[in-house]
Order: sequence, then C-alpha cells, then structure tokens
Amino acid sequence: MRIVSDILSATILFAVPLLLVALGGMFSERSGIINIALEGIMIVGALFACLTLRALDLNTSIGQNAPQLGMLIAILVAAFSGALFSLLLAFASVSLKADQTIGGTALNMMAPALAIAVTWAVQGQGQTNIIIPTWTRITQETLGIVPKDVFWQNLVFKSFYQTTIWAILLFLVAAVLLYKTRFGLRMRACGEHPQAADSVGINVYRMRYAGVFISGILGGIGGLAYTIAAGSTFQSSVAGYGFLALAVMIFGNWKPWNILGASLFFALFKIIGSYSGSIPFLPKFENLNQSEYLYLMVPYIVTMILLILTSKKSRAPKSEGIPYDKGRR
Amino acid sequence: MKLKQLFPRSRFQGAGFQSFLASAVSIGFGLVFGMILLVCFNISYSGQGFISLISAGFSSSDKFAKVLYQAAPLIMTGLSVGFAFQTGLFNIGATGQYTVGSAFALIGAIELQLPWYVCLLLAMVGGAIWGVFPGLFKALFNVHEVITSIMFNWIGVFSVNFVIVNLSQMLAKDWGLAQMDRTAPLDAANPSAILPKLGLDKLLGSNYMNIGIFIAILFAILMYIILSKTTFGYELKACGFNRNASEYAGVNSKRSIVFSMVIAGALSGLGGGLYYLAGTGQYSLLKALASMGFNGIPVALLASSNPLGTIFSALFISYIQVGGDSMQPEFVREIIDIIISVIIYLSAFSLLMRSVIAKWISPQKAVAEVEQALPDETAAENSTESEATTL
Repeated sequence: MRIVSDILSATILFAVPLLLVALGGMFSERSGIINIALEGIMIVGALFACLTLRALDLNTSIGQNAPQLGMLIAILVAAFSGALFSLLLAFASVSLKADQTIGGTALNMMAPALAIAVTWAVQGQGQTNIIIPTWTRITQETLGIVPKDVFWQNLVFKSFYQTTIWAILLFLVAAVLLYKTRFGLRMRACGEHPQAADSVGINVYRMRYAGVFISGILGGIGGLAYTIAAGSTFQSSVAGYGFLALAVMIFGNWKPWNILGASLFFALFKIIGSYSGSIPFLPKFENLNQSEYLYLMVPYIVTMILLILTSKKSRAPKSEGIPYDKGRR
Repeated sequence: MKLKQLFPRSRFQGAGFQSFLASAVSIGFGLVFGMILLVCFNISYSGQGFISLISAGFSSSDKFAKVLYQAAPLIMTGLSVGFAFQTGLFNIGATGQYTVGSAFALIGAIELQLPWYVCLLLAMVGGAIWGVFPGLFKALFNVHEVITSIMFNWIGVFSVNFVIVNLSQMLAKDWGLAQMDRTAPLDAANPSAILPKLGLDKLLGSNYMNIGIFIAILFAILMYIILSKTTFGYELKACGFNRNASEYAGVNSKRSIVFSMVIAGALSGLGGGLYYLAGTGQYSLLKALASMGFNGIPVALLASSNPLGTIFSALFISYIQVGGDSMQPEFVREIIDIIISVIIYLSAFSLLMRSVIAKWISPQKAVAEVEQALPDETAAENSTESEATTL
C-alpha cells in the first residue's frame, strides 16, 4: 500500500503545476492569444519566488516562526513576476499585432538565460543553483497532527505544499470565472469572434491583455509549484513543463474540468515513468541498459496517441493566433 | 552618375532591402540592450566585455574558424525552420530532428564504420524520419505541428540516448577511454568519418575548420532554387499561404505538408551530422534538448526565412556566440541568449517595423501608390477583355 500512496501523492504533486499552467494557457487562448511563452513565464515566476524564499531564509527567522507566511509571500511574488513577464507577450501580440508564436518563442529563450544571469548576479560567480529552504513543506507538525503510518496520512503529507491548496482554489475560481460571469463570457467571445464582441462594445484589446495577464499569474505560480516538486534547488529550468501544459490544455479541450482530468492523467504517467524501478508489476527489460529512458518517453507518446484519437472532437477557440485589427472586416 | 545607376532608388525600396533593414534595426537594438545588461551586471568590466563580444570572432584565425564551424549547423537548422515558415509551418522540432540526425550520423560513423559522405546521408535520413511525424499528424489528424514537434523533441532525445547506450561500441568507454556518458571521439573510432579538411585547417591554423560550412552554403543555394524557381517549391508555398485555395488549384495539400516537414527535418538532421562529424565534438547523454535546433529559429527570423539570407544571419549568430564565450568569466555567456531573444522579440513585429522603414525611406510612396492604382484599374479591365476574347 505504501507504494500506491507514494505514487498517488507524487501524481498530485506533479499534476498541480500542470493544472495551474494549463489553466493559464486556457485563459490566454480563450481570449484569442496563443501563449507558447508559458515555459518562460514559469521560469521567471519560479526564479523570483525562489530568490524570495532564499532571501527570507537567510535574512529573517520566518522559517522558524511562520513558514507558511513565507511561502505565501513567495507565491505572491511568483504570480506578480509571471504576470509582469507575460505583459511582454501581450504588448507584442495585442498592441503591436506581432506574430504570437514568434513573440512567445523569444520569451521562452529569454527566460532561462535571464534566470542564469540573475542567479549569478545575486549569488555570485558560478552559483547557478538557488537552494530552496526546507521549511516550505506542510507537515503533520504544522497542523498539529500526530504522524501515523496510515494510508491517508502518507497520501496527504508525503509531499504537501501550500501551492496544492492554491491550485484547488484557483481551479474552482477559474471554472466559475470562465462560465458563470460576464467577464468570462466576454473573454470567450473575444477568442471566438472578436469583431462581434467589439460590435457590442467590448474592448477586445483589454480582454486579451486580461487573458494573457491571468495566464501570467497562473503560469508564475505553476513555475514555483513545479520547482518545489522537482527537487531542492532551482536550476533555471522547468524541463519542458510549460510545453507539456500546452499539450494538457489541448487534450483538455480548453475546458477547466477536462484540463483537471488531463493533468492528473498526464502526471500519473510521468510518475510511473520515474518510479518504474520500484513498481513491482512493470517489466524491467533486464537485458537492456538504462531502460528508464523507455519509461521517460511514455508520457509524451501517450499524449501523442490521445491527441490523435481526440483530434476529431478537439475545438480550439476560433480566432486564436490572429491579431485583432479594428479596421479589418 | 554611375553610382546612381548602380544603386537606383527602387533597389532601396524593395521588400528585400526593407526586411534587411528591419533585421539590422533589430540587431542594433539587441546589441544596445546587451550593452545595458553588461553595465548592470558588472560595470567595471562592461566596456572590455562589450569589445570582446563584438570583436572576438575576428580576433584570431582560430576564433574565426570556430565562427565558421558553428555557423554550418546553424545555417542548416535555420534553413529548416525558414523552409517550414515559407510553407506555412512552424518547425519548433528542429532540435529533435537535429538530435536524431546526429545520432544517425554517429551510429553510421562509429558502430557501422562508414565513410563521412554516407554518414551525412544517414543524418539527413534520420532528420527526415523525425520530420515525417509532425507532417503526417498535421495532414491526416489535424494535430498542430507545434505540439507534435515538442513531444517528438523529447521522444527523440530519450530514444537516441537509449539506442546509443544499448549499442555495443558507441560510447567512449567502449574504446578504452575514461570519459563518462559520451560517444567515442571520431579520431579514435573512425577517422574516415571526419569531414575532409582540404588543408583549410592548416590555412587557418585551427582544428575546427572543415568543408562543413561549404556544404551548408551549397544547401542554402539549393533551397533558394527549390523555393523560388521550381513548381514544386511554388506548390509548397501556395499550400502554406492558403491551404484551401491551393487545393482548389489542384495541389495535393496533404502531400505538400508532409513533404515540407520531411525536407525541413532532413535539413536539420544534416546540421547535426555536420556538427558531430567535424570530429571536435562528442555527443553527450543529457536529458535536455540541444540548443542548436532552437537557435535555428532566430537565424530564420533574422533572414526573413530567405535561404540566402540565412547564411549571413547564421554567421552573425555564431559570431556573437563566440564573442559571448570570450566574455567569460567576468560575464555569463547566457547574456548572448538574452541578446538573441531580444532580437527575435523585436523581429516578431518586423512587419510593423518594415512599414515604418518604408515610410521613412519614401514618404511619397503612399501618394505614388494611389497614382499607380488608376492605370492598374484600366489594365485590369483590358485583361478581362482579353480573357473574354480567348474564351
């Protein structure tokens, strides 16, 4: 049973960044902007959040007194820096009507380089890793629960972070915002038929800015969530998770609930891949060297197969990727 | 008088010149931004750093040889991305195709002990195979090529690593060398697979020099001819411009998409072959994507996807990368990547910049266009008349 709870809790841990970032992508694309820059936004969010955590750890005693307050500050920093970085995409693709994919690619190239340069500048020459303090995790002690070796405690507390709580909350907010509010309806209209939206007085440019901005907030938090899930240091990379989130979003058909399912599904395959050595029923390929590579490929291959199978039903927002020009019919 | 004949005003108003100027402006802004970054990070070394950034490539014949050595694969990946752009596809999978091409070339060279020209062919085949998937999936299932390419980049890296560790003599340790997780160096494993140097290494006094750069330039010219002088290239471009219209005109659009991606893949794969068959680099088993493929994107963008322009933009990118290496250790070499990304960011709105430049070059152009419109209309009327008569 231990292995089951371990796998489930690791699945949730890795599903959280995918969920957050894919929801971010959903907001951006529903408003009509292809946000391929999610990878870069994640890196920037994670960079500034990790620098904040490190600074708090070194200069204050927040780690002993109120660790979760420190984590909250880091999450806010991640959201803010991700949103700020995403404005670069919004400026190019909304105000200047530039090619969205190219602008996004530029930001994806800029983010890791910027992260390495900033890490050097802050920590000194050659210091390319930011060490994340150990107090970020929520443990049984934090909540005053006596640790016991029971299934649900192993499941919940093996790797429990504040980002998981925020992911659940933000997911619910996102689902309501997109479908039950005037703002959500207007945003969806801008992604489907911006001319029609404009004709009834909706400011398409402002809605698109809002869509990209929200994706920046969620992408930044997602970057932090990925970094604390992946290990104890930030190394100026999120290992392609931003791109995976894009696939999750497409597989989730640009709808919140489907995206939730897709991210859990994808994270499960990812974890089976990295736990392949310790799961008893998986074939081991003992006559081959380093068969872990085979399992590392599994999530990508499964995504491809699923995308092919669901491609008939897949429906992207109609006007995504097309810059809105008021003067055009 | 003669100068005016050589450079008539119309030459400066052509689309080619405008896109060149747009790229030059982007590069200029990028370098200014880089200078600001250097000042921010380390003000006391900033002047020195900037000088070595912009002059290192010409500082010695060895550095110059390195510029050419890195430019060869960059031209190929740039051609790959640019060719896909011209046919309406975004080939973000150049890095995966590059990796698979490298692996095919190295397996041919080390495991099968083949000569260099066969290895280069194998590299093209490998890249082409990795290009088939995004093309087929787009043509048959309408899955966007960007997503397929991204997935296949990772599948490519993992499967290449897996195959290399499972072959009998690919790794350096199989040849009695102490290096971990690297393929065997070609001078030990199979010297006949190293690209010929034709005495160029002695001319420049550098081991980096070989015929790779000439092969790359040859392919740039070839792609230029295919794209702008053949029916095949015209069909591919038409299909990228408007799939429905080209289908109406009788082009098999599905076939065109697959062909475009296969050719783009083969170009990237050859880039991988040119890089690793130079004999100076060894493939290392990392769980990361090769940056050479991603750098094909700025190369193609700076050249506005023009195959001949790609040669120069690849040389430029390679040049400032060599400059970036020589800024160390006072600065991180990633500052170059920031500069390149600023350049791409600016070239993303190159259309806007081009129209500004067009206005700046000839403010009267708008008036001229209106004047031209009138005789054009009569010409159009004439042509419909003539069409009616032939019917």
